[in-house]
Amino acid sequence: MKFKEQHIISMREFSREMIDHILDAAEKMEPIAHGKQKSDLLAGKVLAVLFFEPSTRTRMSFETAMLRLGGDVLNLGSVDASSIAKGETLADTIRVVDGYVDAIVLRHPKEGAAQLASEFAKVPILNAGDGAGHHPTQTLLDLYTIRRESHLDGLKIALAGDLKYGRTVHSLCYALSLYGAQITLISPKELRMPDEIISDIIARGAKIIETDSIEDAINDVDVLYMTRIQKERFPDPAEYQKVANKLKITIETLKDVKPELKIMHPLPRVNEIDTKIDDTPHACYFKQAFYGVPVRMALLGLVLGAIE
Amino acid sequence: MTDIETELRVRRIENGTVIDHITAGKALNVLKILGLPDSSHGVVSVLINSHGEYGKKDVVKIENRELKVKEVDRIALIAPNATINIIRNFNVTSKNKVHIPSFVEDVVECINPNCISNSDEPITSKFKVDTENACLKLRCFYCGRVISENIAEQLL
Ligand SMILES: [Zn+2]
Repeated sequence: MKFKEQHIISMREFSREMIDHILDAAEKMEPIAHGKQKSDLLAGKVLAVLFFEPSTRTRMSFETAMLRLGGDVLNLGSVDASSIAKGETLADTIRVVDGYVDAIVLRHPKEGAAQLASEFAKVPILNAGDGAGHHPTQTLLDLYTIRRESHLDGLKIALAGDLKYGRTVHSLCYALSLYGAQITLISPKELRMPDEIISDIIARGAKIIETDSIEDAINDVDVLYMTRIQKERFPDPAEYQKVANKLKITIETLKDVKPELKIMHPLPRVNEIDTKIDDTPHACYFKQAFYGVPVRMALLGLVLGAIE
Repeated sequence: MTDIETELRVRRIENGTVIDHITAGKALNVLKILGLPDSSHGVVSVLINSHGEYGKKDVVKIENRELKVKEVDRIALIAPNATINIIRNFNVTSKNKVHIPSFVEDVVECINPNCISNSDEPITSKFKVDTENACLKLRCFYCGRVISENIAEQLL
């Protein structure tokens, strides 16, 4: 499989074989990600980290991935202090940085920014989120977490929260449909997953169930993927309170679930998962955050041609 | 009709292109897509709500310029039934239907205000054209947003 010098822009271009290949590579990276094994796989390689909007976790996990593989990281620094504040185009920034490094991680508030960057860069672009657009490494780390902590084949998963605007949830569903997953969508009706996406993922092989209650769905699933509901989606704060309280899980909620149920969350959480759940074997969200490191190590190794 | 009226309404052209069967009311959009009238060419005349065999239609005549079918395929986005007639010495020498292209560049503006193609970057807008289910959809190559209605309003 050829990943060398490829851009990683959106999940839409990934087949199941490609995903499996990346997840296999990530598994081999895990001991290095834990610091239990040393590696100089990317020694001499330099990664530019261009974040035009803050996302500390994503940035740190890319930096960790590069450093653990013996590579170096060049950080753009704060956008206000750089030439971008003086009005330089993204295309120009990319053309300049392209000459300094071997790969570029880009986070940008505009949708399509990573696609644009890939047209001006000779080195691989890794999209670390473009506006409300794509965030493929998040989806890959979600898939990796499911594979490591549960199973991708014959998976029954419930996704709860804001399914209307959550684009990472959309691309996760697209990817899960490649594995024929049974997906239960749990959301208030105001935040339902758009119909066109539902029909798309059914056409791609997923089985879909819709409900507005976590209790109705939770006892039957292997994975519960919680997401945050943003207050600003609701014009009326009282409406928000009603919805937010309904999609909240406590120890009580979990009394009849499968013992092997895993709970995931992209973090940060607000109050949708009671902190008392953190110490149960169901809690998986901090591990999920860690798994971003081996997944990003695998991607860096692949696009830089250090592994195949 | 007086001579001058005849001249204004149905003036035949000696050499050039007649774009016929344009969806009624879309002639000005057709001119916009073709960047007409421009300074380097002959007269462009437009008939709006002309009576055709199948109801009303618009017609655009461009003198002394032979447009290639490929060149005008973008017109299919707003006038899928248009035909391109090449005129030489007052005779129609070829007649072709427009084809819906699979990709259009620099024709339409993305409806997504947060799309990178709507910012001050050195790129042109690009769209993949999807004609499935007899309904025309343009998908932005950058942000993925789909335009399916009022395409004419998004013309650059
Ligand atoms: Zn767009």
